[in-house]
Order: sequence, then structure tokens, then C-alpha cells
Amino acid sequence: MTPHPVAHAHRTSMGLDSRKMAFWAFIGSECLLFGSLISTYLVYKGRSLVGPYPHEVLNIPFTSFSTFDLLMSSLAMVLALAAVQRGDMKQGKLWLLVTALLGMVFLGGQFWEFSHFVREGLGLTTNLFGSTFYVLTGTHGAHVTVGVIWLLTLWVQALRGKLGQRQALTVEITGLYWHFVDVVWIVIFTVVYLIQ
Amino acid sequence: MKSWLTTTDHKRIGLLYFWTAFGFFLIGGTEALIIRAQLVRPEGIGVSAETFNQLFTMHGTTMIFLALMPLSAAFFNFIIPLQIGARDVAFPRLNAFSYWVFLLGGLLLNASFVAGPLFGADGLSVAPDAGWFAYANLTSRQFSVGPNVDFWLLGLQILGIASLAAGFNFIVTILNMRAPGMRMLRLPPFTWMTLVTQFLVITAFPVITVALVLLMFDRFFGTHFFVPSGGGDPILWQHLFWMFGHPEVYILILPAMGIISEVLPTFSRKPLFGYTVVVYSGVVIAFLGWTVWAHHMFSTGLGPIADSVFAGTTMLIAIPTGVKIFNWIGTLWGGQLRFTTALLFALGFIAMFIIGGLSGVSHAAAPADLQQTDTYYVVAHIHYVLFGGTILGLFAGMYYWWPKMTGRMLSERLGQWHFWLTLIGMNLAFFPMHLSGLFGMPRRIYTYSAELGVTRFNQLSTVGAFTIGIATLIFFWNLLSTHRRPINAPNNPWGGATLEWAMASPPPVYNFTVIPTVANRLPLWQTERHAPMEPLPERPPAPIHVPGGSWWPMITALGMPVMAIGALSRLLPIVLVGAAVVIVGIYRWAYEPFET
Repeated sequence: MTPHPVAHAHRTSMGLDSRKMAFWAFIGSECLLFGSLISTYLVYKGRSLVGPYPHEVLNIPFTSFSTFDLLMSSLAMVLALAAVQRGDMKQGKLWLLVTALLGMVFLGGQFWEFSHFVREGLGLTTNLFGSTFYVLTGTHGAHVTVGVIWLLTLWVQALRGKLGQRQALTVEITGLYWHFVDVVWIVIFTVVYLIQ
Repeated sequence: MKSWLTTTDHKRIGLLYFWTAFGFFLIGGTEALIIRAQLVRPEGIGVSAETFNQLFTMHGTTMIFLALMPLSAAFFNFIIPLQIGARDVAFPRLNAFSYWVFLLGGLLLNASFVAGPLFGADGLSVAPDAGWFAYANLTSRQFSVGPNVDFWLLGLQILGIASLAAGFNFIVTILNMRAPGMRMLRLPPFTWMTLVTQFLVITAFPVITVALVLLMFDRFFGTHFFVPSGGGDPILWQHLFWMFGHPEVYILILPAMGIISEVLPTFSRKPLFGYTVVVYSGVVIAFLGWTVWAHHMFSTGLGPIADSVFAGTTMLIAIPTGVKIFNWIGTLWGGQLRFTTALLFALGFIAMFIIGGLSGVSHAAAPADLQQTDTYYVVAHIHYVLFGGTILGLFAGMYYWWPKMTGRMLSERLGQWHFWLTLIGMNLAFFPMHLSGLFGMPRRIYTYSAELGVTRFNQLSTVGAFTIGIATLIFFWNLLSTHRRPINAPNNPWGGATLEWAMASPPPVYNFTVIPTVANRLPLWQTERHAPMEPLPERPPAPIHVPGGSWWPMITALGMPVMAIGALSRLLPIVLVGAAVVIVGIYRWAYEPFET
């Protein structure tokens, strides 16, 4: 982790920018949040009193596509940060927008998935599977939504010429958040979809 | 007025925390006195069972979330930047945000006492009534129709945001804002314990947030997370709650342990005995604190293996705690003791916390615990550790740091009255509870019969509780009466060794005229190995930039109770208005010019 020279206005005791350190602490805290939700899902696995049950509704090929899409958005995020760090705002703007668009594709997929499940008879209150599934994936979706809004905000700032190499740290922190949300999805995809 | 609403100065925020939390402390104490008045005789008829439920629920919730945690936060805010040699915390606006969220969350919770008519309730009060740990399925909509539990779960979610924001802020402040030479193992023990506490906060609060969100879904949207008829398991609530709840008790006690680790050396004129071991045992306590939650759940029938493991981990915590106690006694040993009020409270902490710790070990033994669960014995234990421990420690800190915070010395004469009445009162109040509990008096029951044979114990407890009440009023008078006196406290009235004593009392807005360079753990003391630090210059040699205030932390915080009010009244537009306030606040906050 090489600190970027232009982003450091203050001397800090640990040599790590304070905002970035706070964000790492935040991510640590978020791990416990998702850990609790995933644990709840696992505790209630197989304890639904009525269907639909997971194997009846979950569509692994479709969600694999969503997962691939989210992974590609992480790649776009890496490219966006690299571009901003070297001061190439043309590429930076492009990749910020691509990251946000890929995030929106994921959200669109989740919206389609949720409405499809409801048509199949799995509502929030139908059974424990429905409750734990919607609250867990919905919390993740809310995190993606926040990330998309954040990315679009940076993109608009970049369009207005207010985001440049000097704000590379802001983009880096956005990227930390985005990659974290992506990693959480990998866990959810594995636990909920792949290991039924 | 405006300067207080927009302040981002950690010292002002510390004072705001102090007075707000002290106000809630008086409210929570009043609730306790009503409880004790009800229980002074068998078949008491002062309050109804419903009111009694609300009183003990709000007493516990208020004392833990609105009094003890924020009183510790008052010292984090005021003292930590001074102890580490910083001009402010890492994120001054986030700090203001934490305070306003805490204040508004506390007001929302307490508004439930008068909100009955708004919800078509029979009485005035719709205060939470399911106990401070709100066990399922007392909290399900089926058994709790009114808004009582909704107030609790929404209020606690808001308060959690305040704690989390402060947690990130203080972790970064302590790790990243230290003065040159202030290595980690030169940090004052109070700063160390604060750091450990904040790590517990940011790991424990997400867990209760999830528990509260699941409960919210059960109550508002009809899910069955904790409802057996839909396959849900009420025990899951207990797991999630205590996974938070046990780290929470260390969140409450570790700052007090840090405070007395400052007070004892100062008034013994000796460095803290075994500083490194005291620090590391605090870290070990925090780690172990995460591995013991199910000792709150022995009576749920977890099975012999789980019971044995959790009994074992719980007893292990006695080791680092005992290490600390021996080190504190080692600090006193051979010291030049000055029995100021601060030292008396610190000594009271040690003695009372040992009693609470011993009854804690008796809970850890699972077979014995089955006899103690849900009796007054548990109430005795929690009050010996949280009153005898945390509150006595906080009082020690108040007498110790009040001159630094306000520039005024508290009266030592009133302080001695305060201390002795508190010590006698708490033992009168809480010691008999061990016995009434062992004789079979259940907690949380609004009355008892004379045949149970616990009347005398209850009378003693009530006399003790009112003695504590009088002592607290003396302290309150002490605080208020000093405010009429001139600001004349010296920089270092007690001869403390740490950096907060190197500057004026109260400190100027920029704290240090020159950021000191720290060469050792006791910078202001002459020891065998080193001379005291050079005094700081009276005036800063160059102008110091102090960040201005900001409205946005308070405005962002305001959106949250609005959202909660919308949820309570089932009005989605109000929720959306609150959310819009939060979002606008965050954007204005992020893009306002603010140089730290």
C-alpha cells in the first residue's frame, strides 16, 4: 500500500490517512453486520415450515451472471482509481461511470429476481427462508445502492472538474467500499446460492 | 447559543455530553427510586404492574445507553485529545454528529413517557416495557401491541449510530493523532482503555443493530424471525442480544478502569505499577469479552458442552481482571497517598468491583447460575459492577478532571459527603439484594408477598437507594455551586503526570500552544530516569488555525428521529422527509469547506 503523495495534507502517527483508517475500521464493523445476517440465514436454513424452498426458486445461472457483473464492476473500479491517480480524468470519468452502470445492472438483476420470487409465491413473510433471504440480500442491495449513488456523485464532480488527481484518496476510499460490497456478495452467493 | 449548536470543539462537545448524560442519569435514578418506593413493603400499591415494567425497562436502558456510556464519552471527548497531544479529534464534525444523534435518540426514547395520547393509548405513558434486554417473545406484536417496544428498538438503533460514529472517530484519533514521541506504550492508560473500548463498540454494535432490524421486521412487516408460530426461534434473539450485550458490559467498565488507572498513580505519587501488564490485560479482557455471551443463557438449556465452555471462558476473565486489581493495589503500596475525593472513589471502585466480580464468578458456575437466574442476586451483581464499578470510577474521573474541564475545583468537603453517602447507600441498597435473591425473590415483579420473608431486605435496599439519591443531589449541588466561583484552578492541581495537565484549566480552544514532543510515559514528572518536560509557552508563538463550526452534523442528526417518528406513526411520507434531511445533510457536510 503506497500512499499517494498528493493526497496527504496532514502528518499522521501511523502514516495512513485518517479518512482511510476510519474507513478500514468501518469495513471491520460492517463485517460483523453481514456476519450476523449471514449467521441468521444459516441458523434458519432448512427450518421453513412451508415452501417455496431455496432449491425451488434460486436460479444459479442467472445469479452467476449478476455475480460476474459485480466482479467486472470491481475491475472497472480499479481502472477508475488507477486513471485518477495518474491524472487521466478522461479515463477516470469513463471508468467511474462504467462501475456505476455495472452496479445498476446488478441492482436491476436483483429487482428482477425479487419480483420473480414474489410471483413464484415467496414473499417476505411467507417463511423463514423468504425473511432471511430478503433481509440479507436486501441489506446487500442497499449497500450497492449507496455505492452507485456515491460513484455517480464522484462522476458528476469529475464532469464539473471538481474531482482530479488531488482527490485520488476519495476515489480510493470509494473503491474500498465498492470492493468490500463485492466481497460480501461473493460470500452471500456461495452461502445462499451455491451451498444449498 | 449558535456557537454551541455548531461547535466542533471536542472540549465543548465533551461538556455537552457530560451535562446531557448527567441529566439522563438523574432521570434514570428517579425511575430507580420509584421502583424502590414500590418495593419498600409487600403488596405495594404505588404503581401498577404495567408502569413498573416501564420503569425497570427505562431505568436499565437509560442508565446503560444514556448515562454511563455517554458519561464515559464526555471524558473521551474532553480528555483524549489532551492526553495524546492533539488539537482535536480526527473528525470534529463527526464528533458533533455523534453527540446530536445521542441527544436526539435519548429524547426520543424518553418521549415515550408522554406520547400515549398520540397513539390512542389508555394512559399517558407508552414507554418500553419488555426489559432492557427485551427478550423475544415479549416483544412480538402479538404480546406487545402498542408502540412501547417500537420506541425502544428505534431509539436504540439511533443511539447505535452515535456510538459507532464515535467509535471510528476515537480509534483513528488515538492511533493517528498522537504527538511526536507519543508511542503506543507511552499512551496514558485511560487513552488505552478508550481505544480498546472503541474496538468493542465497532464490533458489538453491528450485532445488536441486526437484532433490532430483525425485530423491526417482525413488528412492522410481519416476519417471524423470533416468532415460534412461523418457525422462528426466540433464543436467536438472546444469542444476538448477548453477543452484543456482553462486550457492552466491558464497554461500560473498561473506561472506568482507565480512569482509576490515572487517579491511583497521581494520588499515590507513584507510576502505575505494571503499566504494560495493565494495558495488555485490558486488551485480553476485551478479547475474552467476546467469547462469553452464552453465560447469560444457561437456563435456556444449551446443553452441558456449551455450558461448560462458556463457564470456562467466563471464569478466565477473572484472571486479567485480577491482574489489574493487583496492579492497582501495587500502585498504592508504599505510595504517598492523598485521600482526595477522587482517590476515595477510585478505592471504592476497587473494593466494590471485587464484590461484583466475585458474584460474577458465582454466575459463571452454570449449576449455581440456574438458582440465581432471574432473581435479585443478578440485580445485585449488575449493580456492584456497574454502580460500584463504572459509576464510582466515573465519579473519580469527575473529581479528578473537573478542574481541567471547567477551571473550577469541586468542593472536597461536599465531595467527602458525596463519597461516603454513596458508598454506604450502595451497599445498603445492593448487598441485601444478594440475600433477597437467594431467598427466591424474582426480579422484575412489581410486588411480593410477606410470606416470602424478604421484606426486611427490601426495606434496607430502599433506604440505601434513597441514600444514593441524597448523595447524588449533594454532588449535583457541588457541580452547580462551583459554577458561581471564579475560574482559578491551576494547570496541574493534583500533580498529574500526563499531558492534559500541561496546559491552562480550562484549556484554550487550540489546546496546546506548541504541540509537545513526548519523551516518556510520565512527561510532567521528575523520576529517577528523566526530568519533567519543559513547560509550554504561555502564548502560541504563531497563530493557530482552529476549524469553524458547522450546522450540518446537527441537521443530519435531526433527520434520524424524524424517520423514527414516521415509523412509529406509520406515516411513510414522514420517514421519507427524515431520510431526505439525512441525505441533504450528508451532501452539504461532505462539500462544505471545512479545514481541520
